[in-house]
Amino acid sequence: MSAVALEKSASADKATWLGSTTVPMLIVLTFLILFFSAPLLPAWMIQVPQQWAVPFIDWTNALIDHLRNDMMFGLFTFRDMTRSVAELITWPLALVEGLLVAGFPDINLPAMPWLMTVGLAGILGWSLRDWKLGALAAGGVAYMAIFGKWELSMVTLAAVLVAAPVASAIGFFTGVLAVKKPWFEAAIVPLLNVLQSLPHFSYLIPIAVFIGVGHKAGVIATIIFAIPPMARLTILGLKSVPDEIREAGSMAGCTRLQMFWMVDVPAARQPLLVGVNQVIMQCLAMVVIAAFVGARGLGHDLLFRLQSLKIGEALESGVAIVMMAIVLDQLSRAATEKQPSHVEVTDSWLKRFPFLSASIAVVVGSIVLSTITSYASVWPKELTLSTAPFWDGLVDWITFYFYDPLQYFRDAMLLYVLIPVRDVFQMVPWTALLTLVAMTGWVLGGLRLAAIVSGFVLFIAFAGFWERSLITAYMVAVSVTACVLIGLPVGVWASKTERRAAMAKLWCDTFQTFPSFIYLIPVIMLFKVGDVAAISAIIIYAMIPIVRYTVFGLRNVPKHIVEAGVMSGCTRRQLLWNIRMPLAFPEIMLGINQTIMFALFMVIIAAFIGTKDLGQEIFRALTFNDAGKGLVLGLCVAFMGLTADKLITAWSTAQKKKLGLV
Amino acid sequence: MRNLTKTVSVAAILAFAASTAFAEDSTDTIKIPIHNWSSQIVGAHIVGKLLEKTGATVEYVSSDSQVVYTAMCEGDIHLENEVWEGAFGVAFEKVVKEGCVLDAGTHDAKTREEWWYPKYVEEICPGLPSWEALNACADKFAVAETAPKGRFLGGPVDWLKHDAERVKAFNLNFDVVNAGSAAALWAELASAEKRKEPIVLFNWTPNFIEALYEGSFVEFPDYDPKCKDDPSWGTNKDLPYDCGNPKGGYLKIGVWKEFPNKWPKAYAVLQKVNFTNMDVAVQAKLTDIDGMEPEQAADKWLADNESKWKAWME
Repeated sequence: MSAVALEKSASADKATWLGSTTVPMLIVLTFLILFFSAPLLPAWMIQVPQQWAVPFIDWTNALIDHLRNDMMFGLFTFRDMTRSVAELITWPLALVEGLLVAGFPDINLPAMPWLMTVGLAGILGWSLRDWKLGALAAGGVAYMAIFGKWELSMVTLAAVLVAAPVASAIGFFTGVLAVKKPWFEAAIVPLLNVLQSLPHFSYLIPIAVFIGVGHKAGVIATIIFAIPPMARLTILGLKSVPDEIREAGSMAGCTRLQMFWMVDVPAARQPLLVGVNQVIMQCLAMVVIAAFVGARGLGHDLLFRLQSLKIGEALESGVAIVMMAIVLDQLSRAATEKQPSHVEVTDSWLKRFPFLSASIAVVVGSIVLSTITSYASVWPKELTLSTAPFWDGLVDWITFYFYDPLQYFRDAMLLYVLIPVRDVFQMVPWTALLTLVAMTGWVLGGLRLAAIVSGFVLFIAFAGFWERSLITAYMVAVSVTACVLIGLPVGVWASKTERRAAMAKLWCDTFQTFPSFIYLIPVIMLFKVGDVAAISAIIIYAMIPIVRYTVFGLRNVPKHIVEAGVMSGCTRRQLLWNIRMPLAFPEIMLGINQTIMFALFMVIIAAFIGTKDLGQEIFRALTFNDAGKGLVLGLCVAFMGLTADKLITAWSTAQKKKLGLV
Repeated sequence: MRNLTKTVSVAAILAFAASTAFAEDSTDTIKIPIHNWSSQIVGAHIVGKLLEKTGATVEYVSSDSQVVYTAMCEGDIHLENEVWEGAFGVAFEKVVKEGCVLDAGTHDAKTREEWWYPKYVEEICPGLPSWEALNACADKFAVAETAPKGRFLGGPVDWLKHDAERVKAFNLNFDVVNAGSAAALWAELASAEKRKEPIVLFNWTPNFIEALYEGSFVEFPDYDPKCKDDPSWGTNKDLPYDCGNPKGGYLKIGVWKEFPNKWPKAYAVLQKVNFTNMDVAVQAKLTDIDGMEPEQAADKWLADNESKWKAWME
């Protein structure tokens, strides 16, 4: 089998060797010719003239005004409808928040004592996997109390606990409908793609218009962002239910409903739960951004502290968000892996319901304790720990001692790399880029792919912000290159042993959930406002997927192929470069793809540092309440990401097929 | 996201007072925004406390300081106690023009926005605060990409401060680099201050940062409205913007257009609310220097200024 695979890939390579180098060469050559002849080209071929620009922004604004002001069916406006639907969320939100932190003053019922929350979290972890997970969950919750973040984090937790089920349910039913109705799938999948790559800030003004501002709007924003992964995984899960299982269902005489709820859904349990896990992580990633439209809790606290230069305290809130993410991630993963179990009905109550019994014990115990001492209901302020002075000291120390040596690096980067590269990017004619992208698409995926990706580029060119788009592209290109140069070796190193791989995963998880706003301040302190600071912030964040996918790809190279290599006497270097690397490469390319997506996300956030790209224009749209502009520019960013995504995915799929990995 | 700081909540105070028991005032909750700088938050709480005293219900809604103008236009937020001419003038005047937001009053507090430097820079560049002196030692402020010109760190471009135009009009040896947010300005200032590195950046008053770092504004020729539009005005006969920024920018209170109809008594009080620069500075100091929580700071300010706010509520 392994020999066959190797042989196949080798022969495939040989057959297309000529083709595989000449075609890319031709594409690049055409691009270069257009690029270098730029001075000779007519002006309209370099940048789309203003009078040709398509008024996408005006159209979008007209649509929004229509939805906002004009009656539907003569009864109410679309805006009234979205607002009343959004109103529904206040009920569950008030309930969960009341339980966790606010209490119910109307009926004189206090919130759960912190001890009870800690205990119940512990039992949940224990029941889902083992006592270790229970300890992690209990410890995570206790952290919030001990470090004085109790109220803020419970408000955030309540928002997540409400947003995640709602987003999961909407995503689930969207996915189901897509599986049942092909026309719906054809419409919804591209929409999901765009939604997932649209910068979050583009949504904020439409949300302010159609939902309002406040905690509720923040929760709704969170829900909207969290829907796509669930819908995607539902489609994937339901489609992958084996026919055998469905046939067994038919033979047992299932009705359509039974077939769905008792056969399809249980069989697709794993991907569905992975979807829920993704939803939860997405909700936590939104904590800070949702604060821009009024979400309370850790996110708002973090922004406020950053704004008043209290970096240590902001970091503390950031760490609380990470803690919450780790606990919720682990719990929902454990739920994914847990198989349904059965117990004998004849067993004793305690044996049949150990977790229920323990929960009752915790509830009763904590209430009794709270009546004895208030320490059990609210963690006393005077015992609160703070790590803020430590973080502040660390930041001071780094800016003091590392600043000077880093300046040489900063100046060199700026003068010899960034400024020249930026100048080159700014000269790219749109026709050259269009040709490059269209031809690449054609080679990799035929006319259809070529048409899609050229459509993306045309949209960006005709939206009227070509120069700014090129600056965004330049920052992303430089950052992604740096990420690959650093992340690939790190990934290779980390893939060597199980231990290192686990460590790399832990770092990736932590950095990914760490609110990216936090990076902004230290990079400014070290590199000053400018491209170096912005690009450093992007690199820190976008490095995660390339490391993750490299480790994953290298560790998942089929064992038998590696063994075949060992048997034929490969050295370790040969094993890596001739066997593992080529086989893992399609996976690594997907990592690069994700890196591009992460970089595009961060490049918008980097506008807080000060950039001259699309991100800055999106913020300006925020200032002028120009929802149309925000959305259209957001689409430009999304289409950049989707162009890269489509091309890389097509390449990676073809490559995997060639290597016999699929 | 900007920050303005200190001026506080005057407005809001009033609102509450009034919204209470009077027959004409609606019992609906008045929503007060909370932004991400301390004086505004303290102000919002002062307002909230007064409201609660009169029996009205208020709710604090955290919101971005730019998005808040859309929200006020939609009636989701009912008042804004700190409308800074420099930071929010454009957004505010736009919604006022559209008619969905009203200009409810102006504080005595004056705002000023100008080029600014921390105190230690005076030793490095003698002759400050005059702009000629600053220009003479521009090279002290140079970095690799601007050398030999100095680097001026401006506010976000959308604040429309015309720094680049001014550099041109005065033929200054400076390059303008725009930060993306107020937080970016402070981060750079904090870092420079630690190493006593020369820096000149955009700043404004009243502002919490003046409580943390000592410094002064650069003095340019006094502002004149003609300077903006008339190139022949001032030292440079061919270009506009050969003057400093206005020294007395407004600090206003804005309300949703339905506010006066829904809470007429509250509106009457709101129009009387008036903070001075000192009020704003004190309110900011209570949280930023004395380390109080915004709520405590609001209590303290109310206790110390009873005669003041009682007069507004009459």
